[in-house]
Amino acid sequence: MTNLSMSPLDRSRFDEAAARHLLNRAAFGGTSRQIERLASMGLNDAVDYLLNYEGVPELAISESEFDRDIRKPPTTAEREMAQLARRNNDEAMLEQVQKLRNERDGKDREQAREIQKWWLKRLIESGRPLEEKMTLFWHGHFATGYRTIEDSYHMFLQNQLFRSHATGNFADLVLRILRDCAMLKYLDNDESRRGRPNENLARELMELFVLGEGNAYTEEDIKAGARALTGYTFDDDSFRFNESGHDDDPKTILGQTGAWDGDDFARIILSRKECSEFICGKLYRFFVNDSPGMPSKQVGPVVKALAAELRKQQYELKPVLRMLFRSQHFYDTANRGSAIKSPVQLTVQTIRELGVPPRDLSTLNSATDLMGQSLFMPPSVKGWECGRSWINTSTLFVRQNLAVYLITGKRPDAFDWDESLAEWPTAELEAAIAKRTGSDASKESDALLDLVLAVDASPARRAQFTAFTSTLGGTLKGQRLVSALCLATALPEYQLC
Amino acid sequence: MDPTTPFSRRIFLQQGVTLASLVSTIPWFLQHSALGMLSADSRVSSQAGVPEDRILVVVQLSGGNDGLNTVIPYGSDDYYRARTQLGIAAPGKENGALELDRTIGIGLHPNLNGFKDLYDDGRLAVVQGTGYPNPNRSHFASMDIWHTANRSGRGDGWIGRYVDCTCKGSPAADAEVAIGRSAPLAMIGTFAKPVAFEDARLFQWMGKDLPPHSMAAPYDQMNRAGALDGVEPGSQAAFLMRTALDAQLSSDRIRAAIARTPLVPYPGTRLATQMRSIGAMIRDGLKTRVYYASQTGYDTHSNQAGSHGNLMRELSEAVSAFQADLKAQGNDTRVVTMVFSEFGRRVRQNASGGTDHGTAAPMFVVGSPIKGGLHGAHPSMTDLDNGDLKFTTDFRSVYATILDKWMGAPSNAILGGSYPNLKFIRG
Repeated sequence: MTNLSMSPLDRSRFDEAAARHLLNRAAFGGTSRQIERLASMGLNDAVDYLLNYEGVPELAISESEFDRDIRKPPTTAEREMAQLARRNNDEAMLEQVQKLRNERDGKDREQAREIQKWWLKRLIESGRPLEEKMTLFWHGHFATGYRTIEDSYHMFLQNQLFRSHATGNFADLVLRILRDCAMLKYLDNDESRRGRPNENLARELMELFVLGEGNAYTEEDIKAGARALTGYTFDDDSFRFNESGHDDDPKTILGQTGAWDGDDFARIILSRKECSEFICGKLYRFFVNDSPGMPSKQVGPVVKALAAELRKQQYELKPVLRMLFRSQHFYDTANRGSAIKSPVQLTVQTIRELGVPPRDLSTLNSATDLMGQSLFMPPSVKGWECGRSWINTSTLFVRQNLAVYLITGKRPDAFDWDESLAEWPTAELEAAIAKRTGSDASKESDALLDLVLAVDASPARRAQFTAFTSTLGGTLKGQRLVSALCLATALPEYQLC
Repeated sequence: MDPTTPFSRRIFLQQGVTLASLVSTIPWFLQHSALGMLSADSRVSSQAGVPEDRILVVVQLSGGNDGLNTVIPYGSDDYYRARTQLGIAAPGKENGALELDRTIGIGLHPNLNGFKDLYDDGRLAVVQGTGYPNPNRSHFASMDIWHTANRSGRGDGWIGRYVDCTCKGSPAADAEVAIGRSAPLAMIGTFAKPVAFEDARLFQWMGKDLPPHSMAAPYDQMNRAGALDGVEPGSQAAFLMRTALDAQLSSDRIRAAIARTPLVPYPGTRLATQMRSIGAMIRDGLKTRVYYASQTGYDTHSNQAGSHGNLMRELSEAVSAFQADLKAQGNDTRVVTMVFSEFGRRVRQNASGGTDHGTAAPMFVVGSPIKGGLHGAHPSMTDLDNGDLKFTTDFRSVYATILDKWMGAPSNAILGGSYPNLKFIRG
C-alpha cells in the first residue's frame, strides 16, 4: 500500500537513495558525491538547502545579455514612411519597408535561439537547480509561445518573471502575469477593449492558470472576466493600463458584483478553494508522479493536504514544497523512478549526473526540440502534456542518441567521428563504482546500473547487463566505462527518474 | 562478438526467450490492434464502405509558394502589369505556361510538365485561391493555422486529431509517418504522435558501431525484450520497454522497406528522395494512414525566377515519379496526395525580382481517386485586399473533403466546424 502520510520521513530513512530521489525531483539529479553530501545533511537541512537557494550565488544575468530593442516599435518617422509608401503605392519604398521588417524578423528569431541556448546553459550550470526547475514549471503552466508573439525579448522578460517568483507567492505571480507583455500579446489581451472584449485571457486564466477546466466557473464568468481585463495592454516593454479602453461598468464574477478590474477578477478566482487544489494537483504531477491518471483518487488526500497548506500560507509556495519534499509519501517506493524524464530533464540530468561534457548547446537545443520540448515554444497554451506523451518510437531513438552524443561526442548525423571526444574525466564515476563494489569486480555491472538508473533494475536486466560487461575484457574504466554508459543509457529504464 | 565467451549471440537469444514471457514480446501496437478488432466499438476507420487501406500523403511547400506563378492567370492583363519581369508568358510563347483552360486563360508553370500530364490524365485537381479570413503573413503563424486548421493557430494538429478520433486513445505506433527533422504540428494529437525521421539510416541507435563493436547484440537484446518478467505491466517501466520494442520493429521495417530498389526511377532531389521513401513504405504494406513530406525554399523575396522554376521542376518530377511508382505497385487507387503552402505571394512583384508574403494560393490534390480539373474560382486580379488576393475557397474545405470523402472520418468533429465539401474525389 502506498504510504499517504504527509508527516516527515523518519530521519533514519533519509539515506542516499532517498537523497538521490530528492535531487532527481527537486533538481536535475547530481553526482554520487553530491548525493552523499545531501544525505549527510539529514532530511530537513537537505530540503532547505535546495529550497532556500537565495544563499547560493546566482549566475549573473547581464543587463546587456540580449537586445531589448530588437522589436522596438517603428518610430513615428518610420510609420509615416510606410503610410506614405502605401498611399502613393510607391513600390520601391514599400519594398524598403518590407525589407527592414524581414531583417528585423530574422534578427529576432536568431535572438530567440540564443535565449533558448542561454536558458539551457543556465539549467545545466545553475547552483540553484530548484529555481530553474520551478521556472520551467511556470513556463509550462503559463505557457506562452514565441512563435505567436514573435518577440524574443518579451519571452526573456517573462522567463525572468518566472525565475523571480519561482518559489514565491502564487497569487503575486498571477497578478504579475496579467501585466506580462508576452502573455498579454499571446492571449490577445492587448486587443481587448471596452465594447469588444477578447475572452482569450479570461478563459485561460480560469481554465488553465488558476481554477482548472470547468471548476467553479461558467461561460458568463468568462465574459465578465474578459470585461474586467479590458484595457490591460502594454507599450514597448512595459505594462500599460489603458483607462479609456477599460470597461468600468459593474460585472458579476463568481457571484460577486462590482466594477471589477483585472486584479479584482484575479483576487476573486484566487479566493476559491478549487485554485489551491488545482495548483497542487499540477505540482504533484510535476514533482511526485506523472503516471497516467495522476493525481489519482487514491492520492487525493495528499493533494488536499498540500492545498490546505497553500491556503493557510496564503499562496506562499515554499512551505508547500517543504511539506512535500519532507513527506513520507514523496519517498514512498511507488513514487521512486515513477516519472518520465522530460526532454530538458533528460539532457540536463545526464550532464549533471554523469559529469559528461555539455558539448554543443545548439545541438542540445535541437535535440530537445526533436524530443518534443522546445523551450519558449510550448505546443499550445496548455503547455506540455508531460509523462508518457514524451515517449514514442521516434523520440526514444533521439533520447538514446542524445545520450550517445553526450557520452562520446558522436553526433547522430555525422559519420566521421573523432574518437578522442569520447575521452572525458571518468575518475569520479570510477570511484563511485569502486565504492559500491568494495574490491569485488563481479559487482561492477550491478553497481553501474544502480548509479545510472533511478529504478531498481530487474534480475533479468541485471543478468543481461552483466553478460555484456563481462565481454569488455577488464574493469569498468576509461573507454570500457564509456561503452557501458552508452548501453546503460540506452535502456528503456533510463528514461525514468 | 567474441565467440569464445560463454555469451555468444545464440545463447543471448535463447536467454532472451526464457527471460521474457510470451505476452511481453508481442509488440504493444499489435496487442492494441488485436483488442481493437475484438472491440464492439465501431471505430471510425471501420465505417461501412470506407476501406481501411486508404492513404493520404501531404506535401508541404515551406516558405510561401508564389501561387500566381504556379497556376498562371495568363488571360489577365493585370497579371502581366503586376509581374513586369516575373510574369509567365501565355501558352505557345517562349517559356510559356502549360495550358489548363483556354476559355478563362489558366495555365501551369512551364516546369510543371509532370503535373500537366497528370492533369490531362484527369488525376490532378487544382483547387484555386485557397486561404482563410484575415490572413496572417508570418511564416510561423500562418503555418500553424494551416496545421491546426484553426484561425488561432493553437491546439492539436488536424491530422493528429483525425488519428485521435479513429484510435480510441491508443494509436497504432506507425499511424502517421513524417519525413523531416521534426514532427509537423499537423500530426500531433492528444494521443497521436508521428514517427518522424529525416534519414531512415538515423532512425536507429547510433551507438551500435562504437567500440568495442559488440554493442549491437546486447543493445538489441535489451531493447527487444518487451516488458520484462517481474515488471508491473501497467508501470512506466513496462510502457517504456514496450515502446522500445515497437521502436526497434518500426525501425527494422522502415529501413528494410526503404533499402529496396523502387519499381520506377526517382530523381535524386531531396523531395524525390522523400517521396521515394514514402512509396517504399506503401509498397511494403505499412499500416500508416498519413505520410508527410516537405520541400523548402519557397520564400522567394529576390531573384525568384530561377529558384522558383527549379522548385517547380523538383516538385513536379517528384510527384510524377511517385504516381508512376504507385501505379507500378498497383497501389495508385489507395493513395491521395495533397500539396499546400502556408501562403501565396503578393500580386505585384518587388524591385528585387522577387515577391513578398501574400495570401491566397492554389492547392493540388493528386491521384487516381481524384477527379481532375480546376476546382473553385481563380481569385480576382482586380478586386484586391491592399494588394493581396482574396481567397475564394477556405483551405479547410479541402481538408473536410479529404476527411469526409476519402478517409471516411467526420470532418465536423475533427475540424471543429462545418466546411462545404468540394467535388475532387471520384465517387
